[in-house]
Amino acid sequence: MEFYRAHILICAGAGCISSNCLSVKSELEKQLKDQGLDKEIMVVKTGCIGTCDIGPVMIVYPEGVFYCNVQPEDVKEIVEEHILKGRPVKRLMYTVPTTKKVVEKVDEIDFLKGQTRIALRNCGVINPDRIEEYIARNGYAALGKVLTQMKPKEVIEEIKKSGLRGRGGGGFPTGLKWEFAAKSQSPQKYVVCNADEGDPGAFMDRSILEGDPHSIIEAMAIAGYAIGASQGYVYVRAEYPLAVERLGNAIEKAREFGFLGKNIFGSGFDFDLEIRVGAGAFVCGEETALMHSIEGRRGEPRPRPPFPAQKGLWGKPTLLNNVETYANIPPIILNGADWFTQYGTENSKGTKVFAVAGDINNTGLVEVPMGTTLREIIYDICGGIPEGKKFKAAQTGGPSGGCIPEEHLDIPIDYDSLKEIGSMMGSGGLIVMNEDNCMVDVARFFLEFTVDESCGKCTPCRVGTRRMLEILERITKGEGKEGDIELLERLAKNIKATALCGLGQTAPNPVLSTLRFFRDEYEAHIKDKICPAGICKNLLKFKINAEKCKGCGICAKICPVNAISKGEDGKYIIDNEKCIACGACAKKCPFDAIGKGA
Amino acid sequence: MKSLNELNELKKKAQEYMNLREGKEIARVTVAMGTCGIAAGAREVLTAVMDEIKKRNLQQITVTQTSCPGRCSEEPIVIVEMDGQKVMYGKMDAEKARKMVVQHLVNKTICSEWVI
Repeated sequence: MEFYRAHILICAGAGCISSNCLSVKSELEKQLKDQGLDKEIMVVKTGCIGTCDIGPVMIVYPEGVFYCNVQPEDVKEIVEEHILKGRPVKRLMYTVPTTKKVVEKVDEIDFLKGQTRIALRNCGVINPDRIEEYIARNGYAALGKVLTQMKPKEVIEEIKKSGLRGRGGGGFPTGLKWEFAAKSQSPQKYVVCNADEGDPGAFMDRSILEGDPHSIIEAMAIAGYAIGASQGYVYVRAEYPLAVERLGNAIEKAREFGFLGKNIFGSGFDFDLEIRVGAGAFVCGEETALMHSIEGRRGEPRPRPPFPAQKGLWGKPTLLNNVETYANIPPIILNGADWFTQYGTENSKGTKVFAVAGDINNTGLVEVPMGTTLREIIYDICGGIPEGKKFKAAQTGGPSGGCIPEEHLDIPIDYDSLKEIGSMMGSGGLIVMNEDNCMVDVARFFLEFTVDESCGKCTPCRVGTRRMLEILERITKGEGKEGDIELLERLAKNIKATALCGLGQTAPNPVLSTLRFFRDEYEAHIKDKICPAGICKNLLKFKINAEKCKGCGICAKICPVNAISKGEDGKYIIDNEKCIACGACAKKCPFDAIGKGA
Repeated sequence: MKSLNELNELKKKAQEYMNLREGKEIARVTVAMGTCGIAAGAREVLTAVMDEIKKRNLQQITVTQTSCPGRCSEEPIVIVEMDGQKVMYGKMDAEKARKMVVQHLVNKTICSEWVI
């Protein structure tokens, strides 16, 4: 094996690739060659490190120096100064947004330091295309242990004891699910991985598949052994081409090394995997629709029971788990259930990965023990809200979840406490919103998504969600009527009770939860015809602050509809009847005297 | 994959170079690569150190570089940290560097004649 004195890790998750990390990598390889360093420095392409908004990122070992926002033109300096002369380049290091402090080492960054990484243990550390690096970090040791030392029953017992619950959103106890599938009698069973991650804002499943594909292969083989299945399918959405490619490579490698195929570890156990690429319908993340799609049929849900564990793919018992759930399996087997249960709360064990996005300083992937508060995630790990704005709400669970207002920032996040306040864990999307967001508009956005994605099979979802959307659109346009809120609530209740699958049953959640915590905003839209956050264009009213106005008249000149005139006191005023809320005057006012508002 | 032993063998081999990323090291060799060091031939020293480590298949040794430690007349300078001890060698060249690797890193005796 070659001896390298330094490893340069470049994040090649989809986030960094879209910010051009591949040309940084090729420039780096060129510069190293030019300097004659290509034999002593290794360049490693890794999966997502998690700091997606400051990509392309680079880590130089053995020092562990972390560079962010690296552009191809910066590479020469890194090679000449750092790699050749040992002087790390300060200007490319991470700066803490709040304190402006420069952080040199990767393990000193709050965003990464504050995390506990189990599911993401290898993401950003190994090269996903090299099975050796996965093996070096205990890869396939859990599969080896299971096949050579454990009975299927013992595997299931261990998973049950660990308290692991489904990370796809439902939170069903994983061990129980495995037990049901194991107990179903059939010569043919299947193991399926649900990688049809569709929640807007959630991308942890993609990152795990891109950054650590072997962990999913290993976990699925373990599941196959536990329930008695020899065939598995990974259902990935077509929008994740890189995940499909890396998983495909990994499956090939695993076959080559004999972790898939016949007689694995000489135990007589056979298992193989295939990828099925979904065509990108949100509803295909629902398990029965997903199975229909794998079978080559239209992706529509069917009523349960029978549950997949009894009658799943092609009518055979099928075990379905989400990507992140599988990623937890090998460490649980290796370290034991007791190790796993030290993390988390009483009824939610382990960690959860959140995809943090929205009005927040550090967006990206965050893995924390269950029971961590929202405040810790938002302020301690992710660096708070930019520009000194105020926190308004966080949306968890995507279009099936709800929002959490400021008063609940300190509740420990787990499956049950989120449900209690009308939200849900969901797959772990966490969208942070500041004071500039209109909650009626947010609800409208999510409902628009579910209306688009409703498969149309059952009436409550197909028609009901559309009716709700129409009402919301009316409200945001300023045409809300007395009684609209009650009508929304009644519709929501009926849809929840009668829709066929999870998509419809949870579709009204964003509306219900914004109604619960921000009812006054709905009322302001309907009764006073104003949008307190100043987002809904039809309700926008611009106003000139008389104290700040110096009477220069620039606003009146710029107004395209002549809605601004000089008042008796020499100050200008806006005629809201004529105003079209284009905002041109507010942009031009030299004294910042014009603002939108109630 | 036939057995756990086979996997463990593979793992041991693969871990050899992952140690660098996980901060596992028994010894650290730092070559001073400031302008003065480079001018005095630090590059050849570094290459020789690496080559010798590779040839002898030594494990968990970090080779890194630093800028000028301030004793330019003694360049090229190599600093070896092992067992909590920090030793600075001066006026090194490729040949001395190779000998140092054998004596210091393998036999664990300090090459006192070159210490500054």
